[in-house]
Amino acid sequence: MAELIKVGMADYKVSCSPATLISYGLGSCVGIALFDPIAKVGGLSHIMLPDSSSARLVENPAKFADSAIPLMLNDILRLGGNKTRVWAKIAGGAQMFTFANTMEIMRIGDRNTDAVISILKGLNIPLLGRDTGGNYGRTVELKLDMGIFRVKTIAKGEKDL
Amino acid sequence: MCEDILNLSAMQLDALREVGNIGAGNAATALSQIINHKIDMTVPRVAILPLGDVPDVVGGAEVMVAGVYLKVYGLAPGSILFLLPYDSAFYLVDMLMGRKHGETKTLNAMDESALMEIGNILAGSYLNALCHFTHMTLLPSIPALAVDMAGALLSVMLIQLGQVGDHALVIETEFSTESGGVKGHFFLVPDPGSLGTILSAIGVRS
Repeated sequence: MAELIKVGMADYKVSCSPATLISYGLGSCVGIALFDPIAKVGGLSHIMLPDSSSARLVENPAKFADSAIPLMLNDILRLGGNKTRVWAKIAGGAQMFTFANTMEIMRIGDRNTDAVISILKGLNIPLLGRDTGGNYGRTVELKLDMGIFRVKTIAKGEKDL
Repeated sequence: MCEDILNLSAMQLDALREVGNIGAGNAATALSQIINHKIDMTVPRVAILPLGDVPDVVGGAEVMVAGVYLKVYGLAPGSILFLLPYDSAFYLVDMLMGRKHGETKTLNAMDESALMEIGNILAGSYLNALCHFTHMTLLPSIPALAVDMAGALLSVMLIQLGQVGDHALVIETEFSTESGGVKGHFFLVPDPGSLGTILSAIGVRS
């Protein structure tokens, strides 16, 4: 049985084959998987917010898309990954509750997704798959032996990206 | 200025627990009148937790729950989330709709509406008690319902807190019917700026 590494909210973890990284119950948060298919090393990040520059103090850089992704990429390179081979797949960014007059904070899922996509583009990491938006929660799993990124939901079943 | 939640004194935490106690007591009474069953409640827990640990309070991020979410408006804005494990939500709907226990298997629009109304009544009676205690006007928004993983629902509140810190102050009470058939968690989470206002209102601001 391969090692199962849990990634909590506002956290990221990196590891190598044959471990599996998993993060449970993403709502408006976004799960970002980065993977080098040759070295078979990768990471999974569970971000809550798009941008650390608007925060008053940044104690935990893993909470924000703009600070978490570069840090996780560095850790993957340190484990032997090569930046030119690393790809990304993402899932999450839902809007869990629908109100008649949607407040700014309620659209946080879309803002998280947009931020993640633009940060990946800025780092020249190809985005090979995404399952974002909607109004349902997701559990995401990155299997580092084959690089499978699995998204599990209650309403829509599960799929591999 | 936002009070640093990591530096609250034992007395302040006790006072917040009393806030939860008064609010939850009133809400439990309301719920018991609607479903005509005795409701037990735990002594409220006032917990300061790393954001990522909050889903563990209800048994983990992947637990299936029905959640009613309301914003609190007024001098001390915040959020209210009433979470019911899936089975409990169905059982509660059975009671509300006059069905036999076990009859509800999925929630139709009417069932969802009934659960939202329960959330509405609980939040209303909770806040009412708080208003009397603190002399502040606090009003609930219209309720919104979602049925999904606990982590996904809780993240809606936690993201707002994440903008200013890495910890959440939650005032949480567990409700259950005498038979144990329906269990629920009621969360009051003050917005980051509201904690000082609440502490002042109850006379324990340092």
